[in-house]
Amino acid sequence: MIRVSHLTKMYGQRTAIHDLSFEVQRGEIVGFLGPNGAGKSTTMKILTGFMPATDGKASVAGFDVFESPIEVKRNVGYLPENPPVYMEMQVEEYLAFAAALHQVPKASRARAVKTTIEKTGLGSVRSRLIGNLSKGFRQRVGLAQALVHNPPVLILDEPTVGLDPKQIIEIRELIKGLAGDHTVILSSHILPEVTATCQRIIVINQGKIAAEDTLDRLTTRLKKGLIYSMLVRNPSSDGIEALKRVPGVHSVSAAGPKLVVEIDPGTSEIRDKISEIAVNKGMGVLEFSAERVSLEEIFLQLTTQENL
Amino acid sequence: MKNIWIIAYRDFKAYFTSPIAYIIIAGFLAIMGWMFFFNLSHFNLQNMQYQQMNMGKAASITEGIIGPLYGNMNVIFLFLVPFITMRLFAEERKAHTIELLMTAPVTLTQIIFGKFLSSFLLVLVMLSLTLIYPIVLFLTGNPELGPIVTSYLGTLLLSGCYLAIGILFSSVTENQIVAGALTFAAGLFFWLISWAAQSVGSTLSDVLTYLSLINHYRNFSMGVLNSSDVVYYLSFMGVGLFLTHRVLDSFRWR
Repeated sequence: MIRVSHLTKMYGQRTAIHDLSFEVQRGEIVGFLGPNGAGKSTTMKILTGFMPATDGKASVAGFDVFESPIEVKRNVGYLPENPPVYMEMQVEEYLAFAAALHQVPKASRARAVKTTIEKTGLGSVRSRLIGNLSKGFRQRVGLAQALVHNPPVLILDEPTVGLDPKQIIEIRELIKGLAGDHTVILSSHILPEVTATCQRIIVINQGKIAAEDTLDRLTTRLKKGLIYSMLVRNPSSDGIEALKRVPGVHSVSAAGPKLVVEIDPGTSEIRDKISEIAVNKGMGVLEFSAERVSLEEIFLQLTTQENL
Repeated sequence: MKNIWIIAYRDFKAYFTSPIAYIIIAGFLAIMGWMFFFNLSHFNLQNMQYQQMNMGKAASITEGIIGPLYGNMNVIFLFLVPFITMRLFAEERKAHTIELLMTAPVTLTQIIFGKFLSSFLLVLVMLSLTLIYPIVLFLTGNPELGPIVTSYLGTLLLSGCYLAIGILFSSVTENQIVAGALTFAAGLFFWLISWAAQSVGSTLSDVLTYLSLINHYRNFSMGVLNSSDVVYYLSFMGVGLFLTHRVLDSFRWR
């Protein structure tokens, strides 16, 4: 549904994205994850035809974004970073305008607006001026604007920014419900956001794809080995050195009484050995546990390490 | 065409959902009404004096009322048009709503024409409210119809040129005040450009005279419809809107 190959965008001398390539299948929800300034918004702006790329190709719903932007725009619903809402318009009026602008036929416009208002929970504010609404509601109006013409592809730039926790859950459910019929790309720099809604994650950092996979596989891939954390009573350098010598142990690092032991994959049976050495060296094991690698750490690793 | 209308209708409505349209129209009508009243009473007084003293025929209604009235109206548009156009693109850029238009399946040309049409419609509303003056003149005297029609046409075309300047400057900045000030300055410049014509060589003088916005209005006010004036005004608008297209397109490439 979305195909991006070797996309590059330069702002003057600054490279915003460099040689980006990925594909998104029909009905998939893909999360763009990366720190601020990584190039998420730039990529999205190119995909919506808002901005041309410096080099490379991108196609959405079978149309090249550069060659046939109008067809691309017809098939895309886009929520930019700042919801593009007119403050002096009423919610219903605004959505009708957005629908008309996206060529929803006049006959079905009223119904399209009504269903979108229901979907996004804007019923209570439908005839209020957008300028008088809270940030959260404005964000939802922006989202409604992207949905109103029922596009096959949705590109959402940080869709839950500014919402309260209850609204965030509602919007996540809404986005999840779009899978299947719609292809969704959403960006975020908040990890739970992506884990909660997306089937696949594209981690992007400094304009390049740092990793691209499902959450599970990304987690396993990053684990490299298992990480154990050990809380000891008397940490001693002698003991730590002994632990390091155990075959299969990748690294040992100590922060006060907490030792972090990283072991190579497939060597989990050396756990006994590790605890035994720790006890024998008189360090006194208080706690010994496996650490799950959270996406937060993946993210941190992906975006702080040079190579993986 | 439908897309142009969708955009134009929204913008036209926006003039009336904010105080902008009401303030501009009220100010315009107050000044125009005062001028019409003043013109009319001055004209009456002059006519009466001419008759009493047997000084022959006084100025016609066309020369005495229509000419100055619509000439002044053009000056007032020079002042008011910046307030009409300054928000058109500047506000959209500041509020990021331009992204909605630019990612909708409409072309940049359609967006620009839509914006132009919305402001043009507002000018049309303002002009149609001034039809009361010729109506009064027809009820109380017998003015010539021709000069009135061409004065309206000329005023419409001339304010169309101001609108094109205004839209261009509204697209170059996010700041509405900057857009408005530049529009006023540029409008005044094209109005006064013919002053320079008096002090330069003959070829350049012809060019400068031709470029002056107001010189082309002269024929209209006398009831003469000259195709070269119409072509000048239409191409002026065309160039203004074309430059707007280039400016907005260049933002995408930056």
